[in-house]
Amino acid sequence: MKPPPFEYCAPRSLKDAVELLAADPSAMVLAGGQSLIPALNMRFAAPSRLIDIQHVEGLKGVVIEGGNIIVRAMTRHRELELNDEVFRANPLIRETMAHVAHVPIRNRGTVVGSLCHADAAAEMPSILLVTDGSVVTESPRGRREIPAADFFQFHMTTSREPDEIVVEAHFPVLPQGAGWAFEEFTRRHGDYAIAAVAAIVTRAGATDVVSLSACGVASRPIRLTVCEQIFAAQGFTDASFKAAGEAAKEYVTAPDDIHATNDYRRDLLASLVVRAVEKALTRSR
Amino acid sequence: MSTKMFGARIKRNIDPQLLIGEGSFVDDIPLAGALHVAFVRSPFARAKIKSISTEFAEQHPGVAAVYTCDNIGALDLELPQLIPHPCMDSPRTQRPLARGDVYYVGQTVAMVVAVDRYTAEDAAALVDVDYDPLPVEIDLEKAILDGAPLVHPTHPNNIAADLVQISGDPDSAIAGAEHVTKIRVQVDRSTAAPMECRAVAATFDKVMGELTVWDSTQGPIAIRGGLASIFNIDEDKVRVIAPHVGGGFGQKVLLFYPDELLVPFAAMQLGRPVKFIEDRRENFIGSSQERTQIHEIELYAKKNGEVIALVDRFLHDTGAFIPYGIAVAQVASTSIAGPYRIPNIRVEFKAVYTPTVVVTPYRGCGRPQANFAIERAMDKLAEELGLDRFEVRRRNLIADHEFPYLRKGLLFADGLPVSLDSGQYHKALQLLTEKLAPEEFAVQQKAARGAGRYLGLGLSFYVEGTGLGPYEGGHIKIHPITGKVYVNTGLTSQGQGHDTVFAQIVADQLGVAVTDVILVEGDTKAFDWGVATFASRAAVVSGNAIHKSALIVRKKTLAAAANMLEVSADDLELRDGAAWVKGSNRSVSLAAIATATNPLRYAFNESAKAATQFAPASKHDGPPLAEGQHPGLEATDYYSPPSATWAYGVHGAIVEVDPEICAIKIKRYVCIHDCGNMINPTIVEGQVMGGIAQGIGGAMYERIEYDTEGNLINANFVDFLVPYATEIPPIEILHLETPTPLNPLGVKGVGEAGCIPVAAVIASAVEDALRPLTHEHFYHVPITPSAIHAALKKAAPAN
Repeated sequence: MKPPPFEYCAPRSLKDAVELLAADPSAMVLAGGQSLIPALNMRFAAPSRLIDIQHVEGLKGVVIEGGNIIVRAMTRHRELELNDEVFRANPLIRETMAHVAHVPIRNRGTVVGSLCHADAAAEMPSILLVTDGSVVTESPRGRREIPAADFFQFHMTTSREPDEIVVEAHFPVLPQGAGWAFEEFTRRHGDYAIAAVAAIVTRAGATDVVSLSACGVASRPIRLTVCEQIFAAQGFTDASFKAAGEAAKEYVTAPDDIHATNDYRRDLLASLVVRAVEKALTRSR
Repeated sequence: MSTKMFGARIKRNIDPQLLIGEGSFVDDIPLAGALHVAFVRSPFARAKIKSISTEFAEQHPGVAAVYTCDNIGALDLELPQLIPHPCMDSPRTQRPLARGDVYYVGQTVAMVVAVDRYTAEDAAALVDVDYDPLPVEIDLEKAILDGAPLVHPTHPNNIAADLVQISGDPDSAIAGAEHVTKIRVQVDRSTAAPMECRAVAATFDKVMGELTVWDSTQGPIAIRGGLASIFNIDEDKVRVIAPHVGGGFGQKVLLFYPDELLVPFAAMQLGRPVKFIEDRRENFIGSSQERTQIHEIELYAKKNGEVIALVDRFLHDTGAFIPYGIAVAQVASTSIAGPYRIPNIRVEFKAVYTPTVVVTPYRGCGRPQANFAIERAMDKLAEELGLDRFEVRRRNLIADHEFPYLRKGLLFADGLPVSLDSGQYHKALQLLTEKLAPEEFAVQQKAARGAGRYLGLGLSFYVEGTGLGPYEGGHIKIHPITGKVYVNTGLTSQGQGHDTVFAQIVADQLGVAVTDVILVEGDTKAFDWGVATFASRAAVVSGNAIHKSALIVRKKTLAAAANMLEVSADDLELRDGAAWVKGSNRSVSLAAIATATNPLRYAFNESAKAATQFAPASKHDGPPLAEGQHPGLEATDYYSPPSATWAYGVHGAIVEVDPEICAIKIKRYVCIHDCGNMINPTIVEGQVMGGIAQGIGGAMYERIEYDTEGNLINANFVDFLVPYATEIPPIEILHLETPTPLNPLGVKGVGEAGCIPVAAVIASAVEDALRPLTHEHFYHVPITPSAIHAALKKAAPAN
């Protein structure tokens, strides 16, 4: 459990970081290191160069601007979790963050790092997805914004190009009066989700809009569009909850694994959808 | 000290040092210029080795040596079979480095020694081993079928051992039974997962011919004996030190792991210190594990629930080798009747080779499996006879007046017949009944069900044979300068708090503060007679040895003080670090007595003047040290138990199961526990709670997962689920103290107790909770959410 040799770079400017990455196709970016360092130690990852971005100017902190919570690349989970302005702007984030690993890991691990790692069972990608957020990348070709729906491709695979550094994540502020919930089941506290559902219920005129995402059940975080449509069409009735639960099961593509059978995950996801929407509904105004 | 220390809730002496990070573990031992080891391990569960090429690894910069079976001299041998037993036919053990064949994923094939571990791992990747994989069968029940792939061609049907034990006359009893309950239960494989993985460092002093080995082991004296034997050097030229050890739980009592021989060998060969610090993945794939057993148990009973005979047949997975013999299976088979009278027993096991890392005792050592079998069967018997689960147990528990209760024909792990020595089994069950109030609970349970919530109550009663021989010793010496008391014993501590409980024993006899008693253990230069720390034996065996030594030193101290104070020894008392004339303010300190009892040539301090040849105190006839007299205040004595002493307890829990998401929440957990006289109730509770946490792991979380090819697919803490503190509920502990008549202190062991009954408690409670939803039984642990889900999907009751 010691990494193979690699070149370590600690650039001070984003320009340098971008150049270092572009110059070496097998380089990797190191932020909080909570996934990459274990992967290096297990020799699952063997980059020729590690670009440590912790000293890069302008990558720290959180700002709320233009309806978005802008989370810069070196922002630790814990900073976002404890930020009261963030909590007021989007309480779903703090509620979810309690499920992201453990405090010592959240103290070092970064939100953007978790998004880039894109574990299919990780919580924060699912939040970016349910809020219709996005990430912003920087490369020799300039800046681009990638919507969450396009960013997460597969388990541990995103649409980030090899020469791109994700410098920001944008989590939209929740609309006034929106209700929210994050319901997760794990074997142990802090583990990756066996299944989890994020729900937002937004008042839009006379109707309610339900946004739902799930993680842990497919090869990437997914929007439960059919469930959303059922609530949009039928409102909140016993029948619509039942129908949405049934519809949710069809999204489960994860095969049997050592923590859960596919059959169990299907029923679990159905229950979590019902619980999450019920809770979000009671919180909406 | 006028207050009795034995039985007091004293904080552990060792904790401040460990808690602020000043412990010294093997990896903390400073060894200048040490070389570091990495192993090449088999990626196949079973394969022939066609060739090994080490050329590139040897040429890698920073590599000092690469070893295979061809260049390790006398170490190219089958490792010792530690505990012989006639039921094993040519028992197989591992070679330090594989020769010709590999038998499990993780088996050591080559060893690289380099300037640091990074380089060693880089070079290990350059060792080219050409394997010819062979078919494997991982499933225990399939492994014994005709035609199953064999781990060892020498052992048909993969049977490593087969033993039948009989107590009473089961055949006749069965013929007279009115009811029979049969169930099949399975406990899956787990691992100890000590916080500190295993570690070995060694240095060889060529001038003195002395080998020093630091080993994160539970048995340094045994390691020393083995090293001396295999290297053919005098035991006194080998020093083995187990410094602070970060947990062992049985995994570190097995010897030898390959590294324990190869690291000292490399240190001798290369003339430099060599270190091997096992990493977590290696601990998962290369260090021993335990638990998989499949029991088919039958209870033959009268209609009133009285069990008159028990028949149990079980398969025991021993892994690819059987270095520790049948210990685990034997403990399981002899614990099978638990606390119940059951006078007629037939128990048979087959130990089965599987192409997996070896199975040796892990905290509990077969008892959790036996407990799961008998206790789940008692629940089933109650269900079938329409009896209450508490009541069916009450009707079978051994009564207080029936002790000692002998199970003739069942030989325990010490080779002696099972004899339950003392206890208050009925009182323990009564206490649990009072705590959990099952009748009131039934009302709550009914009300909760009405509200769509599913509560369940479970219980399990266990016994634990503890304090195995053969013996341990203790050396006690009062130091003449400080008056502090040094206690040396042959054990090691992995965090149990020996330093505190042994100090309490000594403090009472010598009248000193607990903090003035210094325990020295884990070093063969400090004390080199004894066995090891395992089998819940330290307090029983070393505790009594130290107690006996303390009595001798007390007697010597009183005699010397009586001489110095010119009174009769009967008029003296030992307290506050001195001998006092009762009812007066005349005293002499232990330091002064220790000095005075050592006739001196040189007066190096004030009190030493009194012990020199011209001092008035030394004026007497004859030589300064009379014939038969020894200098100083010290003694060594030993304790060898006549047989195991049996602790016991009963646990109960109330759980809530959420049938939608298949989650279990433990709402209450109650433990009634009796380990005889308690030396330190706080330490007892720590042991019990830790054991229960480990038991909860086995009941709900921990399962070593091999795929069909024999790859361990959860060799990490993300996927092998050791419960966190967040998964462990508050635990209520009530003590009973029934002394054992077998040893002077009246103590029984406690190290393993907590983990034994937990699986049966949880299974019993979950079953009770889900009774309105399913008639399925929970006969397989760990109970996973998927298992609950599957049970709920099967046959929901019609009603």
